[in-house]
Amino acid sequence: MSLISVQNLSIRYGAQTVLHHVDLTIDRGEIVTIVGPNGSGKTTLLKAIIGAIEPTAGQITLKRGLRIGYVPQRLHIDPTLPMTVQRFLRLTNRVTKQACQSALATAGVPSVLHQQMASLSGGQFQRVLLARAIIHQPDILLLDEATQGLDQRGSASFYQQIEHVRQQTGCAVLMISHDLHVVMSTSDRVICLNGHVCCQGSPAVVASAPEYRALFGTGTGGALALYRHEHDHGHDHDNGQDHDHDCDHNKMDGAA
Amino acid sequence: MFDDFMIRATLAGIGVALAAAPLGCFVVWRRMAYFGDATAHAAMLGVALSLAMGMSVFVGTIAVALLMALIVTNLSGRGYAMDTLLGVLAHSALAFGLVAVSFLSGVRIDLMAYLFGDILAVSKSDLMVIWGGAACVMGLIIWRWSALLTATLNEELAYASGINPKREQLLLTLGLAITVAVAIKVVGVLLIAAMLIIPSAAARNLARTPESMAIFAAIIGSLSAVLGLRGAYVFDTPAGPTIVCVAALIFAGLGLRGAAKSAGH
Repeated sequence: MSLISVQNLSIRYGAQTVLHHVDLTIDRGEIVTIVGPNGSGKTTLLKAIIGAIEPTAGQITLKRGLRIGYVPQRLHIDPTLPMTVQRFLRLTNRVTKQACQSALATAGVPSVLHQQMASLSGGQFQRVLLARAIIHQPDILLLDEATQGLDQRGSASFYQQIEHVRQQTGCAVLMISHDLHVVMSTSDRVICLNGHVCCQGSPAVVASAPEYRALFGTGTGGALALYRHEHDHGHDHDNGQDHDHDCDHNKMDGAA
Repeated sequence: MFDDFMIRATLAGIGVALAAAPLGCFVVWRRMAYFGDATAHAAMLGVALSLAMGMSVFVGTIAVALLMALIVTNLSGRGYAMDTLLGVLAHSALAFGLVAVSFLSGVRIDLMAYLFGDILAVSKSDLMVIWGGAACVMGLIIWRWSALLTATLNEELAYASGINPKREQLLLTLGLAITVAVAIKVVGVLLIAAMLIIPSAAARNLARTPESMAIFAAIIGSLSAVLGLRGAYVFDTPAGPTIVCVAALIFAGLGLRGAAKSAGH
């Protein structure tokens, strides 16, 4: 049985349809990356999976007893809240100091256990978030643009860390990424989302799919096309060609 | 020993400090200071209604404070900025409360006692209500501690861990209403928010973890109550405000110490 199975999911905020008729499954041990323009519903999809947003229609089925390790897009710790790394790792689970240390080592920040969260660098902070997510041996890791705010080298090494975690623990990974150039090398499967699932499959298959090309531009193909898309959407709203949309990117930027 | 009014007053002050300290930490972490103020001011309306209907002031203030908290929670994010909304509601509730009190004929009430507290007049039954309420609030916070903390840090993180942040918010609101109701007698509606915020803010300078901050806040709050009462006795000043003054001085002292320390590095 799949870890996560999403069937015919639709989510509306008021009159805006953010997701419609989304179907997807995540299986044990695979790394799946969701790509898509701003406002395509990526974050909404992840929030629906963790139960923070009620689906308007459709179903999300989690495997019984599924343990989720969630790495949020951004975690703001109010300066008035003192928090050591060790305390943060023990936030929702009673874990030993040894488990804390080994999770930190797996996440690539072995020596920060007694530091204040506020004193960490951006890259260290994200790795501590990762350590917290893996500390209770999750079946699946969910990452929402976890490398936001890191430079290119920082995010590349963060994704290597994730692959490393998957190798060590065998957990599945479902992530949203804007670092489109690394998607191709680290993912088993890519889901191209834009209000609905445009196309999905292995990175190579997706890269050559016409739907994907419509979204991410043609010409260069592969990683560069992915990258280009961020700045220049392939959608042409005036002519309404290629894709059926009932959503307007400009309006939806805040909803993702 | 409960026959001595100073002992009753001291115990009442410590009871309020112990309930307000951990709750106050959440108020500070979640930036709900104005929210605490609005809830406390609404209590004045609760006092007026309880007196008019001849019911217990404790029950009346809890009910109105809770109602106010729920209204604020539901109105937030509907067009007005939170601080505007709270400014409108907090002061309206206080004004309506004061006007409502003036309509009460036949009941002689000491308005100052409700506005600034009347800790020296705490009776044995008041003391039981205060400690009962404080025990409820402390129990609630200890029971929900890690869920409350997770929900405070990040809503999505809470959902992913099977915690409903909305429910935790509601529990905090309930704790706040109880604290307001038990603190009226001690510091009065105008200074309740001070007992929530000042000890916690002072404790921030000493703490490395959320737990130690709550414990330091409880100690600072209790110390303020004891020293404040003593000061009020010695200098013949109003007790509630004196307690808050002591807390403020501790806050300033710890803040200066922290500043000197970081300048020394």
